[in-house]
Amino acid sequence: MATVDLKDVCKVYAGGVEAVKGVSIAIPDKALCVLVGPSGCGKSTLLRMIAGLETISAGSCAIDGKVVNTIGPTERDIAMVFQNYALYPHMKVYDNMAYGLRNRGTPKDEIDARVRSTAKTLELEHLLERRPRELSGGQRQRVAMGRAIVRNPKVFLFDEPLSNLDAKLRGQMRVEIKNLQRSLGVTSVYVTHDQLEAMTLADILVVMNAGLVEQSGSPLDIYEKPASTFVASFIGAPPMNLLPLRSGHLEGAVTLPPVPASASTLGFRPEDCEIRTEGADAVADGALRLLVEVEGVEPVGAESFVYCRVGGERMVVRVPGRVEIKPGDQLRTYARQEKLHFFGSDGKRV
Amino acid sequence: MAEPEKLPPASGHDKLMIGQSSAGIYLAHVVLTLGVLIVAFPIYYTFVASTHSLQTILRPPLPLLPGERFFENYSEALFGGVGRIGGVSVATLLVNTTIVALGIAIGKIIISILSAYAIVFFRFPGRMFFFWLIFITLMLPVEVRILPTYKVMVDLGLIDTYAGLIVPLIASATATLLFRQFFLTIPGELVEAARVDGAGPWRFFKDILLPLSRTNIAALFVILFIYGWTQYLWPLLVTNRNDMNTIVIALKKMISFADADTEWHLVMVTSMLAILPPILVVVLMQRWFVRGLIETEK
Ligand SMILES: Nc1ncnc2c1ncn2[C@@H]1O[C@H](COP(=O)(O)OP(=O)(O)OP(=O)(O)O)[C@@H](O)[C@H]1O
Ligand SMILES: [Mg+2]
Repeated sequence: MATVDLKDVCKVYAGGVEAVKGVSIAIPDKALCVLVGPSGCGKSTLLRMIAGLETISAGSCAIDGKVVNTIGPTERDIAMVFQNYALYPHMKVYDNMAYGLRNRGTPKDEIDARVRSTAKTLELEHLLERRPRELSGGQRQRVAMGRAIVRNPKVFLFDEPLSNLDAKLRGQMRVEIKNLQRSLGVTSVYVTHDQLEAMTLADILVVMNAGLVEQSGSPLDIYEKPASTFVASFIGAPPMNLLPLRSGHLEGAVTLPPVPASASTLGFRPEDCEIRTEGADAVADGALRLLVEVEGVEPVGAESFVYCRVGGERMVVRVPGRVEIKPGDQLRTYARQEKLHFFGSDGKRV
Repeated sequence: MAEPEKLPPASGHDKLMIGQSSAGIYLAHVVLTLGVLIVAFPIYYTFVASTHSLQTILRPPLPLLPGERFFENYSEALFGGVGRIGGVSVATLLVNTTIVALGIAIGKIIISILSAYAIVFFRFPGRMFFFWLIFITLMLPVEVRILPTYKVMVDLGLIDTYAGLIVPLIASATATLLFRQFFLTIPGELVEAARVDGAGPWRFFKDILLPLSRTNIAALFVILFIYGWTQYLWPLLVTNRNDMNTIVIALKKMISFADADTEWHLVMVTSMLAILPPILVVVLMQRWFVRGLIETEK
């Protein structure tokens, strides 16, 4: 059980690529920290530095209060689940799980007991004698998890462990990983570029962009108070609507609540926007009212996405159930004042 | 939560890939049979000759069926000693050649797998320099460097020794490159997983790399064993004593320019015995050999 503390961690690769440019994250004991961000933003690099698979160019990484910059992966007592599972192809499932313990000189009967109890937790008992290529993708994933769990390490590191699974299995494994992590109480760092995975798993969510932390905090805080337009558009699906303000004025707005002086972008979540066909004036005072033109409707069952255009900008409205709206319709929409977000010209929240 | 997932049946290589028409199969068999006959007949004929007496062989035509001197000829050659090579028995030759061929095959595999391991998995100064150094030795076969090599062997006093027969042939750029190519296909994640699992360089080599390379090793072993078994020029130079000859050299020495001087029946027996071990190796290793050539286990 351990904390992980990153202080101004940087990574410059041999070719001069600056992959991570000063990241500080403090992960408390037993917490699950999710690193999320677009491709190439340095998530894997950061994770691999925590693992000790990549040297730390500057800054420090501490596990359990002890700086581990110069310590190899073995001594850091971490376990990693890789994107492609990286199971040893020539070993049976049992040996895959036992290998790390054997290398640490664990007594034979203890290895056996641990492997069997882990296999039981993950319901892998009937697969112990198989080789990885005789397993399905989902089963391989579980073995990779088992290999990490069986060692009972201080920290779990996951690098997009679910990205090779189909959507249904992914959802299922997500829940399972969360439960396992909670019941084992092992501090974990989890890399993904799937924002849904990030939102549902994280105790601490870290949104990264171009080697820097854009925002970190609890997933709901980040969802409700994105620190920048980048976070606003990265977290949430469909993403937050962002409309440009021109000297405090918004094109297509019927009424616009007071705008902070330095704001240059106005944002609101698709679900925070409502469509009013009539009686629109009954809406609370100070709300944003927009006159929009419908471009398309996407019913996805429980809800529908209405794609609209307002003053040359695109936006989405998320409405429950199905709607009787056709492309070309003119609609009145509104969003409550407290649901509005304002961002400055540098993209930061104001 | 883990529902027992169904697995597809293990797929083998038992399906015909092309040419399912019966005419095509027929034609293929005719061609193959002809090929086998052309290759096999001389060997059969050698076998026939090895079971006749010298007189029968020297008085053409040679019968097409085996004679009755099988046991006499073979035991004379194996244990009696052949006059033209100083009375050394073929058994001695077989032992020599086996030691040399095994030494070359195993030595080459050990050296090249270790060099490839160093070149692929370690970052050390001059890594690429050494890689290219190994690579350019491909252009220098034994024949090209034979004089300096011979001088070195003489200076080291390795003439007429197994070491002298084996060591100069043991470094192999080809095998090193083959292992390198194979190692490069091993995913980086696997290497990292092993590091996280606490496997140091030696453990990684022993527990992961070696087992994954075993089909490659088997295939190379077959090829290199035969390479070692059939070496001619180097053993000819580096051995003077008859009892250190390899079987190929001895075979050459057993044939005199004058037909009557040559114990042809023993030559034929020696020929048969000379091709037997390579055939044995191929047959025994066939399963591995074929797998190594067509399949990578990853
Ligand atoms: N070994 C390397 N040498 C040089 N540059 C590298 C190396 N590995 C990664 N990079 C670069 O570092 C940056 C960050 O890479 P990283 O793998 O951490 O991204 P990521 O956030 O994990 O992306 P993805 O979501 O696609 O996995 C990228 O620009 C990448 O090109
Ligand atoms: Mg990555």
